Amino acid sequence: MNENIDQEQKQQYNDYIKQVTPTHNLWAQMAKAFLVGGIICCIGQGILNYASSLGLDKETSGSWCSMLLVLLSVLLTGLNIFPSIAKWGGAGALVPITGFANGVAAPAIEYQKEGQVFGIGCKIFTIAGPVILYGIFTSWLLGLIYWVLKMMGIM
Amino acid sequence: METIVGKQSIQFQQSPHIVSGASIVGKKEGEGPLGKLFDQIEEDPMVGQNTWEEAESALQKKAAKLAMEKAGPSYSSVRYLFAGDLLGQLIATSFGLMDLQIPLFGLYGACSTIGEALMLGAMTVQGGYSENVLALTSSHFGSAEKQFRFPLEYGGQRPLAATWTVTGSGAFVLAPSGGKARISGATPGKVVDYGVKDSLNMGACMAPAACDTICQHLEDFGRTPADYDHIITGDLGSVGQTILLDLARKRGYDLSEQHLDCGMLIYDAEAQDTHAGGSGCGCSAVTLAAYILPKIETNQWKRILFVPTGALLSTVSFNEGQSVPGIAHAVVIEHC
Repeated sequence: MNENIDQEQKQQYNDYIKQVTPTHNLWAQMAKAFLVGGIICCIGQGILNYASSLGLDKETSGSWCSMLLVLLSVLLTGLNIFPSIAKWGGAGALVPITGFANGVAAPAIEYQKEGQVFGIGCKIFTIAGPVILYGIFTSWLLGLIYWVLKMMGIM
Repeated sequence: METIVGKQSIQFQQSPHIVSGASIVGKKEGEGPLGKLFDQIEEDPMVGQNTWEEAESALQKKAAKLAMEKAGPSYSSVRYLFAGDLLGQLIATSFGLMDLQIPLFGLYGACSTIGEALMLGAMTVQGGYSENVLALTSSHFGSAEKQFRFPLEYGGQRPLAATWTVTGSGAFVLAPSGGKARISGATPGKVVDYGVKDSLNMGACMAPAACDTICQHLEDFGRTPADYDHIITGDLGSVGQTILLDLARKRGYDLSEQHLDCGMLIYDAEAQDTHAGGSGCGCSAVTLAAYILPKIETNQWKRILFVPTGALLSTVSFNEGQSVPGIAHAVVIEHC
């Protein structure tokens, strides 16, 4: 034990760690995520319905829905309420567009002290960056596939 | 009496004394089980500053001044500082202690730094290189979260094994005489890596190091756990404690009677929602100053082994797929 331990012992230790480390109850977490995610979706649907009732077309209503949910999430982030919702609701709060908005607003607030360029400018996408990069990349890839299939006359 | 003991330990011949200890903590720590024992509770998380980093520096400066004040005028001429924190390039320490204009040794041992500071300070005093020295460390929840994890406003879920970084700073004046507690021995620890990659389960990362240092200490000094009133680790938390007791049992030592953990003492895990316990350079330092040291000074505890523990990672090492090794330094503190 005084010497550096080998791979097998490391594996054994990691297995042992898994046994003694408590974890959140998966089913309870899923139920909470369902509830919080469901509420957020209901709010979104409410906005959509209201916008449609005002005579807006489907696309414009959708834009209003996204914008208002993002605004709500950013406000709740600034008021430090969003972390409590995310702590309770987990993926239910993080997967919808609210999570994305929180992921951009939080670094903006935290790194503001490091300046407009090197603080906010460089670090605002530290959390959301991967989503933006790979989101755009995936759309490009799908577009390419779509184009190739079209050229081949399949679609 | 030998000074060099066993494989990696030190026995101090003229034990350097801990003349005073000072602790300053944040609001959450002040609401914890040790709340009444701390010297000062800072209600403002920014400590009147503009950033988390400056706030942590302010805590360190206040703790340093308070420790010197508590030690009394005859100890006020501190010759060297041994200090550290968790932030990159030790900025909380350098900016916090700059105004004191006292020569500084900046130390990094992650959350074990106060152990390193105390033993190096004790060696300096015993070696006759200085009369009074000051050992101190700090951590801040805001600055630590920002550096190691996410911005504070980011929503997410912490695993149950995660620990909560203590906002606080603890400082100690060491001198050749005075006070009611002395450092009689020390066992500096090795870097121990059991291949754990989960940086949010630091108890599991550090427990092997704590076990290694404690067992080596007992072997070097030819002692048993019963020779100590308590063996007190820094911030293993509840998960780390379970692991430490298991690992030590495998090496033939039963620590269950003596073991305490500063991380478990400082918060009420249920009521304060801190999960496995407290952590950070400040955790063990403020607990030593506010809770442990007074027990020794009043002779309720005669001899304890103080073992702050550190997880040696950075966001770079973590992202590059390295495991999280641990380190633990043991300091023997006795009543005198």
